[in-house]
This record gives sequence, C-alpha cells and structure tokens, in this order.
Amino acid sequence: MMQDLVIHGAYIAFAIGVLMTFGLILTWVERKQAAVMSDRIGANRAYLRIPFTNIKLVWWGLFHGLADGMKMLLKEDFRPDSYDRVAYALGPWVVFAPVLLVFAVIPFGGTLVPAQLTDSPEIAAWFGDRTYRMQIADMDAGLLVVFAFSGLTVIGSMLAGWSSNNKFSMLGAIRSASQMISYELVMGLTVLGLILIYGTVDLTAIVEQQSGVLLGFLPAWGIFLQPFAAVLFMTAAQAENRRIPFDLPEAESELIAGYFTEYSAMKMGLFMFAEFIEIAIIAALFTTLFLGGYNLPFMSDAGFTLPGGHFIAMSHGAVVLTQVLVFLGKVFVLCSFQILVRWSLPRFRYDQLLRFAWKFMLPLALANLVVTVVAVWAIRGTGA
Amino acid sequence: MSRKPYKRRVYWNEPTMTWWERFYLFEIIRGLSITGGVFLRNMGKWVTGRKGALTAYYPEEIRADYAAHNRGKHILTQRPDGRPQCIACNMCATVCPAQCIEIDAAFDPEDAAHPKSPSRFEIDYARCVFCGFCVEACPEDAIRMVKEVPDLPGGDRHDMWFRKEDLLGWQPQRDVAKPYPPKAGGNPGGTR
Repeated sequence: MMQDLVIHGAYIAFAIGVLMTFGLILTWVERKQAAVMSDRIGANRAYLRIPFTNIKLVWWGLFHGLADGMKMLLKEDFRPDSYDRVAYALGPWVVFAPVLLVFAVIPFGGTLVPAQLTDSPEIAAWFGDRTYRMQIADMDAGLLVVFAFSGLTVIGSMLAGWSSNNKFSMLGAIRSASQMISYELVMGLTVLGLILIYGTVDLTAIVEQQSGVLLGFLPAWGIFLQPFAAVLFMTAAQAENRRIPFDLPEAESELIAGYFTEYSAMKMGLFMFAEFIEIAIIAALFTTLFLGGYNLPFMSDAGFTLPGGHFIAMSHGAVVLTQVLVFLGKVFVLCSFQILVRWSLPRFRYDQLLRFAWKFMLPLALANLVVTVVAVWAIRGTGA
Repeated sequence: MSRKPYKRRVYWNEPTMTWWERFYLFEIIRGLSITGGVFLRNMGKWVTGRKGALTAYYPEEIRADYAAHNRGKHILTQRPDGRPQCIACNMCATVCPAQCIEIDAAFDPEDAAHPKSPSRFEIDYARCVFCGFCVEACPEDAIRMVKEVPDLPGGDRHDMWFRKEDLLGWQPQRDVAKPYPPKAGGNPGGTR
C-alpha cells in the first residue's frame, strides 16, 4: 500500500536521522560533559565560517563532531600488509549494521493516525482510518530481535581482530568475545523478569503496559517493578558496549585500540560511530523496558489526566509530538548518565571483569528472577 | 638537636574492603554522585553566565592571578615626553644568551642630553628565555620585565617579534618610569 510506504519511509528516515544525529552529537556531549565534570572548558575550537564573511559559528564547539567526521573521511585508508581481505573489510560493517537494526523494533511513540494530523480533507481521505504504531518493524518478537542483533556485534569484533593479523587486535578480539558473551547472558536473565511480569516480548505491548499508575502515585514503569533488574541491565549493557569501566577489549593503555588497532580512516570511524550509536540504543532500550518508553505519568493518547480528576485535552498532533520528544528526552538523559559512569569509574582488571560477570551479576540476576517468579506466582496464581 | 624519627603517614583507607564496599553498588553510587554533583554545579554556573571551569580559555582569556614575581614580558620605560629611556647602547643585545634582541640606533642632534635613541627595538619571543639578563645589563633602567605575559600565540613564528611600539605600550599607572630628571639622592631603583 502506498500509504504504508509513505509512513514507514518517514519512520525509517526519522530513525536514521535520530541515530546519526545522536552518534554525531554524543561525541561532542562526551567531551563537553567530561570537561565540565572535571572543571575544564572542553572542546571549543572548531568553527564554521560563513563564506565571504568573517563570522565564525563556534556554538560551544558543536562542530567538533563534524570536524572528526571530515578527518575520518579524508584520511588515508591504511591497510596492513598481511590481512584477510574479506574479513577485514566486513568487520566494521558487522559491528555497525546490527546496532542500527536494533532501533527498528523500538517504539518511539504511541499510535499515529495520519488522517487526524492534517486539516486537508484529501490527505485525510487518502489515509482513511489507518492507524500506525510509531515503530519501524511492528514485530511481536521485539525483545528477541534486540538480543539477536546485539549478539551479532561480537562476530564483527572477532572478525576485525582476527583478520588484521596483529597480536593486539587478536587479544582485543578474544577479550571482546568472552566479555560480550558473559554479559549477554546477564542481560538476558535480567530481562526475563520483565518478560514474566508483562507476559510478552513485544516491545510495544511492554510500553503500553507501563502507561498506568502503580499504588495511586507511581508511574507503572519497569524500574519500579524491577529495580534490581534495571541496575543489572544498565551495568550489563555498558559492558556490552565495551565502555569504561568495561573497556578491556580496547583498553588504550594495554592494547593500543584493541580489535580495531589496524583500522584507519572511516573503517575505524565506523567502530567509533557504532559505539556512540550503541550508547543511544542502550538508552532507548532502557527507556523502553524500564522507563515507560514514550509515556509520561498521567498522560494518555487523548491528553493529561491529573490526579485531581482534571483533564487537559490535546490534539493528536500535540500528543504525537509530546510522545516523541519525551522518548528522545529520556534517551538523552540516559546517554548522559552513561557518559557520567564512563568518566567516573576506573577500568576493571580482566579477571575481575569476568569474576564480576559470573560470580556476582549472574547470581544476582538469577536471584532477581527467582524472586520475580515467586511474586508473580503469588499475585496471579498458577493459572495466569 | 635530635632528628625526629620518620613517621609513616597513616592511610585513611582500610587495606581490606568492608562488605559494604565489596557490594560495589553503593560505593559506585557515591562516586557517581560526587562527579555528577561537580557536573551539575559547573553546569549551573555555565548556564547562569558564570565560568564553571578552573582552566583559562587561553589565549583569549588572560589569567588575572599571575604571581607578583612572575617575569613574563618586557617593557621599555619612557621619559616624560613619551620617548624611550633607551640610549641604544646595545648592552642588552650583547648580554642576551638567546640573542633575541635587535636594536637599530638613531641620532637626534636636538636632544643634547640623549642624542642616541633606538629607531628599532625588537625582541623575538620565539627565542627569548626570560632570563632577565637584559634588565640587569641595562645602565639606564630602560628595559624592565613585568608580571604579565605577552600575547604570544600566533600562526607564524614571525608573529612573535615584539616591536618598539609593543614594548612601549604598557600602562604607566602600574609601572611608573624613573622620574626624570632624576632627583639628587633620590630613589635609585626607581619606584615600584
């Protein structure tokens, strides 16, 4: 159908635009936040000069990301002498593509009714009474798809490490593989509790179930139902993304750059970009699972229902816009939190890293699962 | 006099972690709240238009807190009519270990007391080592060093030459020239 094509095309453009913008902006946010956290000023030298004038747009160094991108694109694509050509070329893409694909199943807004968005009767008639969930791929296997794709990135880093015929790359790849497999397990186990509570792996359904209110005042967000799972999930997700304190695979002081030591120019840029986009993806996943996605407390598809019984009606366009902005706002705050963690904690030693995963987080995740199972059984009974 | 025996400083931290610390989570939250607090404090300063950083935005921002005994920049002292006190004797240029001072002398027959004066007096700050020998060598107290730093950064090393006009462009309010003509038995070191 033409209408579906238009809407989904718009969704895909929106998703790619958001992710690329996040990837670009986060490089700047990371530097600037690190600087402000440590009483410095931070990146502020790159500027755009308006042609034929002497007006320089500095904008607090916002264009440093642009300068980075230009540098990556224009650098020589140096390749080592002895390497596996196919695997070497494939590596960055296998890391990069799944990260983008994860966003396909994440709902970034409620239900879109295109006919209600416009005043023009022709467009409204053309769309008819179609409704669309604001999500690119409306799948009932949402969470499983997320794990499937995020599990793929480990293959990319292994390919990159092995194909470049370098001992540092090799070590980085091995570390990356064992670390990601360990923490993938923890991540899956923590989410199991949520799946038990919500009874589904469909991310849209999960978000819709979080729109209510708990005990009369708390928003029914996953973080209040599963606080332990939220902490464990965030930790495991950071480890999945190989950032400090879990950046063993690419520890600068030990392994130069880990599995992408032998990469240069935009291939190396793809690895970095994938890392920054994955920050946004992790934030989006956490928002979806634990922070109610696009939901604001007391907000429904028609408007706000305040506790005193007041009702503030909103037009459909305003609701859609609010939901998208709320989602992006939550994602941005969580990105900032991840950067805070990255600039606060020191790096693990490698044995500590694996011990932390298997002897600390895995038992906690299991305990959390057991408690959840018992609680769900006690509340709903065996028949549920 | 007997020396006190060296006492090892007692470290405040216990060598072994308590179970509370071994649980990591609360200690991590404590650490994050410290760094996050610093972030929020600095950010609050930035958004309210104050400066939330300890570092200076060099070179646009000149630090105000150079020590009083810092010697970072040369000045040429002036006579009351604004001409340099320098008599172009070349002693500073001779003593300069970095050989960064260049002087061209001019002759002025009108001024019987000081017929010689520099027509060109340049210091290459790319080579200057800030040793202060020029100040000590000067017989006329014509060159001094002040606590500020010159506006050095440039895209080219030829931008780092300081010309006579730059050296004369200091503020007399802060660094008063030797009174002229000198008072008999007056303050030989000049006023500071």
